[in-house]
Amino acid sequence: MPGPMNRAPRGVKPTVENPGKIFLRLMKLVIKGNVLKWIFIAVCIFLSVQATVQGMLFTQTLIDKHITPALEGSGSIAETLPADILRVALILAGGFLAAYLQQLVQVFLTQGTMQRIRDKMFEHMESLPIRYFDTHSHGDIMSMYTNDVDTFRQMVSMSIPQLVNSLITIVSVLVSMILLNGWLTLLSIFLIGIMILMTKKVSGLSGKYFVKQQKDLGAVNGYIEEMMTGQKVVKVFCHEEESIKGFKALNDGLCDSAYNANRYANLIGPINMQMGNVNYVVVAVVGAALAMGGVGGFTLGGLASFLTLNKSFSMPINQVSMQFASIIMSLAGADRIFKLLDEQPETDDGYVTLVNAREGANGLEESEERTGRWAWKHFHKATGETDYIELKGDVVFDGVDFSYVPEKQILFDVKLFAKPGQKIAFVGSTGAGKTTITNLINRFYDIQDGKIRYDGININKIKKDDLRHSLGIVLQDTHLFTGTVADNIRYGKLDATDEEVVAAARLANAHSFIKKLPKGYDTQLTGDGANLSQGQRQLLSIARAAIADPPVLILDEATSSIDTRTEKIVQRGMDSLMKGRTTFVIAHRLSTVQNSDCIMVLEQGRIVERGTHDELIEQKGRYYKLYTGNSIA
Amino acid sequence: MIRKILAYVKEYKAASIATPCFMILEVIMEMIVPYLMATLVDDGINAEGGGNLGVILLVGGLMIVAALVGLFAGIMGGKYGAKAATGLAKNLRQGMFEKIQTFSFSNIDRFSTAGLVTRLTTDVTNVQNAYQMALRMCMRAPASLIIALVMSFIINPRIALIYLAAAVFLAIVLSILISRTTKVFSQAFPKYDELNASVQENVSGIRVVKTFVREDHEVKKFKKASAAIRKIFTKAEILISFNNPVMNITSYTCILLVSWVGANMIVNSGGTELTTGDLISLLSYCMSILFSLMMVSMVFVMLTMSFASIKRINEVLSEEPDITNPENPVKEIKDGSISFEGVAFKYDKQAEENILDNINVRINAGETIGIIGGTGSGKSTLVSLISRLYDTTDGHVLVGGRDVREYDIETLRDEVSVVLQKNVLFSGTIAENLAWGIRRSRPDRETLTDEQILEECRRACKLACIDDFIESLPEGYNTRIEQGGTNVSGGQKQRLCIARALLKKPKILVLDDSTSAVDTATDASIRDAFANEIPDTTKIIISQRILSVCNADRIIVMDDGRISGVGTHEELLRDNEIYKDIYESQTGADADFDERGSN
Repeated sequence: MPGPMNRAPRGVKPTVENPGKIFLRLMKLVIKGNVLKWIFIAVCIFLSVQATVQGMLFTQTLIDKHITPALEGSGSIAETLPADILRVALILAGGFLAAYLQQLVQVFLTQGTMQRIRDKMFEHMESLPIRYFDTHSHGDIMSMYTNDVDTFRQMVSMSIPQLVNSLITIVSVLVSMILLNGWLTLLSIFLIGIMILMTKKVSGLSGKYFVKQQKDLGAVNGYIEEMMTGQKVVKVFCHEEESIKGFKALNDGLCDSAYNANRYANLIGPINMQMGNVNYVVVAVVGAALAMGGVGGFTLGGLASFLTLNKSFSMPINQVSMQFASIIMSLAGADRIFKLLDEQPETDDGYVTLVNAREGANGLEESEERTGRWAWKHFHKATGETDYIELKGDVVFDGVDFSYVPEKQILFDVKLFAKPGQKIAFVGSTGAGKTTITNLINRFYDIQDGKIRYDGININKIKKDDLRHSLGIVLQDTHLFTGTVADNIRYGKLDATDEEVVAAARLANAHSFIKKLPKGYDTQLTGDGANLSQGQRQLLSIARAAIADPPVLILDEATSSIDTRTEKIVQRGMDSLMKGRTTFVIAHRLSTVQNSDCIMVLEQGRIVERGTHDELIEQKGRYYKLYTGNSIA
Repeated sequence: MIRKILAYVKEYKAASIATPCFMILEVIMEMIVPYLMATLVDDGINAEGGGNLGVILLVGGLMIVAALVGLFAGIMGGKYGAKAATGLAKNLRQGMFEKIQTFSFSNIDRFSTAGLVTRLTTDVTNVQNAYQMALRMCMRAPASLIIALVMSFIINPRIALIYLAAAVFLAIVLSILISRTTKVFSQAFPKYDELNASVQENVSGIRVVKTFVREDHEVKKFKKASAAIRKIFTKAEILISFNNPVMNITSYTCILLVSWVGANMIVNSGGTELTTGDLISLLSYCMSILFSLMMVSMVFVMLTMSFASIKRINEVLSEEPDITNPENPVKEIKDGSISFEGVAFKYDKQAEENILDNINVRINAGETIGIIGGTGSGKSTLVSLISRLYDTTDGHVLVGGRDVREYDIETLRDEVSVVLQKNVLFSGTIAENLAWGIRRSRPDRETLTDEQILEECRRACKLACIDDFIESLPEGYNTRIEQGGTNVSGGQKQRLCIARALLKKPKILVLDDSTSAVDTATDASIRDAFANEIPDTTKIIISQRILSVCNADRIIVMDDGRISGVGTHEELLRDNEIYKDIYESQTGADADFDERGSN
């Protein structure tokens, strides 16, 4: 059984701009590369429809050509009938074969398209800048994979083939009906017209209530979500009765609109069915009168066939309108997917790359194999020369301004120097811009003004992948991946040997707890490492950063959600990791910050104080006040 | 299980009975039409002497009447079906919601929040759809099957036997197909969940992916998973696509067979044993029979799919609240003294180890008590026993000299006001949120004017050091709080929650790590205000910060579910290793730079 999925409410006509354009794009995506398959499908549908129509017409043959003459004594059915039955049987068998083949191809086509779309979405998503993930709700992104992709399945496996099938059926049946009797056909079309009008009217009404139902459902769901989240607070405040009262009002409202919506939707079936019957009867009576009178050579067998055709005439017409509605509905989902695919991927104009280096005759030079030393390969266009600059981890911010949105500047004229191996700490209240600074070093976001230099190179010139390879990051939220413990550590260096994994775990102080896990390094982690404690998860993420062995480290509130006793263990892991690396630390605990080479106090996007712990205490400024907790500025 | 759900049909019983009745009426009308058609052909068109227009019109009229009655029955069936199903859904939601309100904390813990929400929303909708389908189709399809068969037998038993054989054959084949496909699908869905989990991981962990430049690695992993999905779903759908040919071949074999047998019968008997009209109606019954069989199988699949929902709903409905009011509850609490006597506690009765063990401590009325200890040491658990959020496994908790289990729960919780660690504000204005703290049992509750309520709110907010912030808002106390309190900062939210708890004017106030996001200075002011303004209230403060508890009258140090030490800051610093440890790790003062609450 599938897990509970938050299905987007269906049944409401979504408002999409430019539905035509989206539809065409959708069709293009679905058909592209599969033209032959689609042609095959269309041919199969055509054949199977023709076979079905032939099957329906067989009743006429049976009665007019065999039974009636035999009853009138002018022939024996035993001689002619078997041949006709065999003929029809063969035609039908061919039709079924075509239908079956069509369905098989359909399955491959559907699943293939789904896979293509999924892969395309995911691949594109991975290429998007962090900004996209920061500005879109994760639930919405998820729902594209769970709900919206389904629109493609709907389209490929149902809507399009059924539409084609219905159209071919309508034409084929109509032609056969006209051939049997034109006047009767006209009558039939007239009656079906009435039926369609009735259905339209009712579905319009039902649609109106469905919109209301969705709205009420949203209100009820919102209330439930809120109350269930706050259930313990409800208990503590003995607020149960009020909460029930509030629920009852919403719930009754929902019941009312759901009743109306369903009631009208339920009408459509009976109307189609019974109006179809009325149609059948009227045509039968009129047809009988015609057949009796022998008008235009119309026969009893003809009538029987006509009635069968007539019955299978209204169904595809309903189908067309239904499938059309479903396509319109699915356009909203397609639109969301297209919007994702249209998002601009992260651009990278960097040309300075990271290479293995060794000491050569003329200083540093590039090396084919791993040397443990790294260098920035800097090609100067103007002179045609290539420089090799050793990777050290020297980071400079010079007059950096930054804002996520133009209206609100976050950082103002930030200046800082981090010499290789230094530990720089940022303190200040939430929203002061601490995390933002780390977002800029690895170019998750680009600065508006000023310069950031890495080993003397403007980071805009460095290839993003290489820049990020040279930076390690440990976040407050650990984000482990499904896989074994070893897989997760290896994430920092995919080709790491088992020994390297263990070494990294030892460095991070994680080895001892991993050893105690039921399967050690092969223990499977699921759901972001839900089977580990917060401290253990953090140790793993430190090991993950350690194995990558980057010269620059960013620790963003890495120990914030761990209690102080556990922190001690984690801290030891981090201390050994920080040794010899340039480290940027964001923390709100003194122990993490105190021994930094330089502490930056940030306030509303500006560095208001800087210095070592002792210096800042001496200054008796903002840092001092925060530290002693005596007063508030 | 299903019976338990059906008990919630309640006032919609009439509609639930009417629906299938109308549906059967509709089917009967539908089945009469082909029968009348035979009469029309034989006695009208083929009547001796070149047809009988009178009979044709009469029978035609009858057929129209049948269709109209059928239409009426269909409309009524649809109406009552909708009424019954949406009614059941309403009652189920209401019933579950009310049930959940009676849950104790341990009941709530057994379900996750998301789990409860799904049960109240998606699962109820599933049951609603299944119920409507059951009422309308479960009767309709079998009825149409049986009636069509019976009619066929009336017209001609020998040909009807062919139908019976075909129906049995189709039923067997369909059930085999269904069981095979469900098996494949049950393998496929977990794979699908895995794929979604992988997307989820990537969306929330995108920073990690990007920092380690693992985009390609992730794409490769994803493509592998998505290819696996394609494979298994293709397999499942190929199985399904076998349905149609089976259905088609069976029905048309039937039709051709009947055509042959029927034609021979008519000709050989000279139209006495079977007439042409009979043959026409038999052929249309053939379709009805096989089609309704298909419907039955569909209904069956749909209903099985709703079983999972039914099961989940049942779990809520059959959960018994494990904390209830005593028989003769005491409605008066003498004072704010608390006493733990040999208390042991575990969340799960089957668990081997206790979460709390051998807790013995007396707290006097008006005392300020700090509680400190590592995560998982049992701090929150300890205080939640005071207002009976959980019941002890062993031993007694006394408030005002009496076992908490003797008190009326509402009285107890009004006097013991807890600010939970995971606290929540609700959508509504600040004033509305604060008003939660006004006791329901207050005699003057009904007569309180808005101005009086506001006055009390102001007083509480002043104590919680949040009044300045609220006054600075353009709409003051009428400022709207968004769902989950997303438009206020963590520290503001915590202080609002404290103010809400203060409005109760409790004898005991418990703050469970409730100022973690408040900066140290404000935190200190709040504690000062408590000491000066509500000296008689017993205050229990849980914190990670030494600074928040070191000035308390006494501090309880928790370690691994036991009390490791009780005493003043100085005493503990001298005697208690753990306390010293924590103190040192925070080096004199836990300077909390992250003063989320100060702005």
